[in-house]
Amino acid sequence: MWLYFAKRTILAVAIIAVAVTLLFLMIMAVPGDPAVVMLGPRATPEMKALLHQQMGLDKPLVVQIVTFFGGLLHGNLGFDVFSQRPVADIVFEQLPFTLELILISILWAVVIAVPLGCYSAVRRNSLVDQVAGVVTVATIAIPSFVMAVYALLIFAVTLRWLPAIGAGNGLWDGLIHLILPAFAIGIGWVGYISRLVRASMLEVLGENHIRMASSFGISEWRIVARYALPLAILPTVTILGVGIAWLLSSAVFIEVVFARPGIGALIVNAVNTRNYPIVMGVVLVTTFLIVAATTLSDVVNALLDPRTREKL
Amino acid sequence: MMSVEAIRPEANDATAVGAFRTFWGQFRKNRLGMLGAVLVVLIAAIAIFAPLIVTHDPIRIMVGPRLAAPSLDFLLGTDQLGRDTFSRTILGSRIPLFVAFASLGSSLAVGLVLGLIAGFGPRWLDNLLLLFFDTIRSFPSIIFALALIALLGPSLASVILVIAITSMPIYARVVRTQTEGLRNSEYIAAERSMGAGTTRILAVHILPNVLGPLVILVSMDVPAVIAVEAGLSFLGMGVRPPTPDWGAILNDGYSYIDQTPWLVFAGGVPIVLATLGFTFLGEALREIFDPKLRKDL
Repeated sequence: MWLYFAKRTILAVAIIAVAVTLLFLMIMAVPGDPAVVMLGPRATPEMKALLHQQMGLDKPLVVQIVTFFGGLLHGNLGFDVFSQRPVADIVFEQLPFTLELILISILWAVVIAVPLGCYSAVRRNSLVDQVAGVVTVATIAIPSFVMAVYALLIFAVTLRWLPAIGAGNGLWDGLIHLILPAFAIGIGWVGYISRLVRASMLEVLGENHIRMASSFGISEWRIVARYALPLAILPTVTILGVGIAWLLSSAVFIEVVFARPGIGALIVNAVNTRNYPIVMGVVLVTTFLIVAATTLSDVVNALLDPRTREKL
Repeated sequence: MMSVEAIRPEANDATAVGAFRTFWGQFRKNRLGMLGAVLVVLIAAIAIFAPLIVTHDPIRIMVGPRLAAPSLDFLLGTDQLGRDTFSRTILGSRIPLFVAFASLGSSLAVGLVLGLIAGFGPRWLDNLLLLFFDTIRSFPSIIFALALIALLGPSLASVILVIAITSMPIYARVVRTQTEGLRNSEYIAAERSMGAGTTRILAVHILPNVLGPLVILVSMDVPAVIAVEAGLSFLGMGVRPPTPDWGAILNDGYSYIDQTPWLVFAGGVPIVLATLGFTFLGEALREIFDPKLRKDL
C-alpha cells in the first residue's frame, strides 16, 4: 500500500511539473509580445520596458521557467501588475466562493441520487425506475449554463421567489443565494450518480454474499443499506474525484450567470482584460486541485479495493 | 447511418444488408434511441437547408422592432438589434455541428496516431505519452479553454483547437489500451512470423479493431462538444458577432432576460434538443455495439 501511495504521489508531482511547463511554453509560443497585448497599442516603449521588467520577460526563457518553478514552491504565483497585488492573494480570495458552491451542489446531488439509485436497482423496471431512467439521461445531457439561465428566468425573473444575482450577505442570505446556482450545477449530477449507483448496486445485489444474507431472512432494505451500499458506492467515490474538473467547469458558467464571486468569474474577467498572470494563476490552482482530488480518490479506492493497486 | 462492418470487423462474413437488418432490428426497439435519431436528422436537415428556411436576413439589423414578441412575420420575435430571431436560430444550427465535426475529427485522428504509437512503441515512449495524456486530462477543460482563448483571441478556430486538444487524451488512451491488448495476441504473432512489417500489422490488423469502439466513443462526445461550443459562445469567447449561434443568442436572451423570455427560448431550446438528441442516439449505439465501452476508461 505504501508503495502504491508513493508511486501515485510521484505521478501526481510529475503531472503538475509537466502541466506547469506546458502552460509556460504555451504563453511563450503565442506570437507577439504579451506586454503589448496587455497594455494595448498606445503603450510607450518605456511602459513596455517597465512591464517586461516587472513580469521578468526581459530574462532568458530558462531563467524565467526556473524562477517560475521556484516561486511556485513558495506558493508564489506571480504578480498582477494591474492591481499591484500577488496573483496568489487574488486567486485564494475568490477560491472559497467557488469551493462552497461546488461542495453544496455535489452534496445535495449525492443526498438525492444515492437513495434514488438504490431504489431504482431494488425495484428494477418499476415506474420510478423507468421515469428516473429517462429523466436522468435528460438532466445529464442539458448543459449547466442552459439550466442556470432557465432557472433564473423562472424562479428569479418571473416568479421572483429567489434572488437572481450575487452571493448574499451573512449565512442565511448566502444560502438563499446558493439555491439556484447549486440547483443548476447539481441536477445533472443527480442523474449521473443515481445511474452509477443503480448500475453498481445491481451488480452487487447479484453477488453470493448478498444472496446469502437474504436467505438468512434479513430484510431487503437492511441488506441494501448495510451490506450492498458500501460496495456499490465505490464507483461514485472514483467519479467524485474526477468530477471536480467538471464541477469547476460548470462553476465558471454559473458564476457568470448569477454574477457570483469566485474563480470562474475571476478568469472570465481576466480573459476579457487579457490579464495573463491571473489567467495562469487560476489554471494552475485549479489544475493542482484536480490532480490532488484524483490522487486522493485513487488512494481511497486502493484502500477500499486492493485489486486497483496493481494497475499503476 | 454507419454500417455494422465499420464497427464490428467480425461481422464481415455477413452481407452488409443483413448486418444492417440485425442492427436496425435492435435499434428500432430502443425508443429513446429512435427519438435521438429523429432529432439528430432533423437538426442536420435544418443545418443543411438553413438558407431555404430562413425568413429574413439573419444578420441584418432593424428588420423589425427591437425585442418584439413572436408574430407571423417574426416567428420567434426579434432581438435587441431588431434582427429576426427565428432566422438566427435556424442558421445557428450550423456552427455547433461544424465545430463538433472539425474538432472531434481532428481529435480522433491525432488520438488514433498517438494511441497506436503508445500501444505499439517502446515502453519509455508509452510512459512518456501516458504522462502527457494524463497531464492534459488534469487541466480543467473550460478553464484551460479560457486560458487558450486568452492567448489566441476569441474565435471559432480557437474553440475547435481547444476541444480537439482536451478530448484527444481519452481517445488516445482507449486506442493504446486496445492496441496493447492486441499486440500480444496469437494472430498478430502468427502474422509477424510470416514476415509482416509493423506498418502492415498496424494498418490491416490493429486499426480496424480499434476504430470501431473509438468511433462510438467519439459519437458519444458530440453532445459535450455542442455544450462546450455553446457555452464558450455564451461567454462571448466563441463565434464573433454578428454570426448567429445558439450560445450567442442565449447570451442575448440572458442580457435582456427581464424584458423578453423569447431570446432565452430561441437560444436554449435548440441547445437542449441537440444535446439530448445526440445523447440518446449515442447511448443507443453504445448499448447495441459495445455495452462495456465506458467502463474501460
